[in-house]
Amino acid sequence: MNKNMKILIVDDFSTMRRIIKNLLRDLGFTNTQEADDGNTALPMLQSGNFDFLVTDWNMPGMTGIDLLKAVRADPNLVKLPVLMVTAESKREQIIEAAQAGVNGYVVKPFTAVTLEEKISKIFERVEG
Amino acid sequence: MAVDERLALAKELVVQLEAGNEQEVQRITSELSSGNESELFQEVGRLTRELHEAINEFLLDPRINEMAQVEIPDASERLSYVITMTEKSANTTLSAVEAGLPLAEELGSRSTEIAGKWERFCRRELSVDDFRELSRELGGFLETAQRCSQQLNGHLTDVLMAQDFQDLTGQIIRQVITLVHDVEDKLVQLVRISGHKMPEKQKDMNKLEGPVIPGVDQGNTVSGQDDVDDLLSSLGF
Repeated sequence: MNKNMKILIVDDFSTMRRIIKNLLRDLGFTNTQEADDGNTALPMLQSGNFDFLVTDWNMPGMTGIDLLKAVRADPNLVKLPVLMVTAESKREQIIEAAQAGVNGYVVKPFTAVTLEEKISKIFERVEG
Repeated sequence: MAVDERLALAKELVVQLEAGNEQEVQRITSELSSGNESELFQEVGRLTRELHEAINEFLLDPRINEMAQVEIPDASERLSYVITMTEKSANTTLSAVEAGLPLAEELGSRSTEIAGKWERFCRRELSVDDFRELSRELGGFLETAQRCSQQLNGHLTDVLMAQDFQDLTGQIIRQVITLVHDVEDKLVQLVRISGHKMPEKQKDMNKLEGPVIPGVDQGNTVSGQDDVDDLLSSLGF
């Protein structure tokens, strides 16, 4: 796994972005950027050469699920690994995210270990 | 109306019907049913009065006015303040942690460096010059350790103090819970007055539920990360 990969963190709460950013840094990923909803994130993804997207679901403006669908609909982003980190925990929602092409799903509240586990699992599959 | 009275009227009705006297027939028919009608009117009147009184009572209840004009807007303010306080606390804590992490890292990496040399010293592998250098480094390290631990102490105190919101937000939220209960009671009264059967509660399927809250039924939710993982692996993930 390339520790220099460029990661976009999308969450409407700045504190949650800071937490994820710090956890990622602790795991050795320092090349991170932030956006506060899908509308801000999508243009960044389209022009920014990102390797990985970590997104919340419930955000004003464009939600995480809509961002995921937009990413999968864009031929340049269709293969971008996406990890959803969200408090949404209805079974239908998890299935919806899976069908929309999410690569991993972490429910809040989560631990550093869970985040690391999901990220390494995603990249095992992507690279393997 | 007594039985014999009604019997007499009924007999008279038969006579008038046979005679084809339409006017009389109508008069007798309405006389026969008038007793029931007046009872019905009385009952409707009573219910109307009761409903009127109940509505008046409800409208005159000063609690309703107070809740609508003062307490609910107040509660919104209070809850916004809870968000402000918790956000401020989270930011203070995060800043302290972000400031503390490099200090811990510095202490760790410097001590690893020195530990290597120290081991060589214990094995008597250091030359006099190397030892001089080591003792200089040790001196520097001890200064660093003092500085870092002092700063770390400060940051940890910041984290500690940032938890003071809990007491205040707890009190505010408790006040709002009391208000919500009061409003609920009043709404139940209102429903009772209107006498309507409430339609079955229907949840908006597209509404995002947010975090799972123990004891609140939020539909078909997972109970944690393990559940999510099971669900996803059942989908072939």
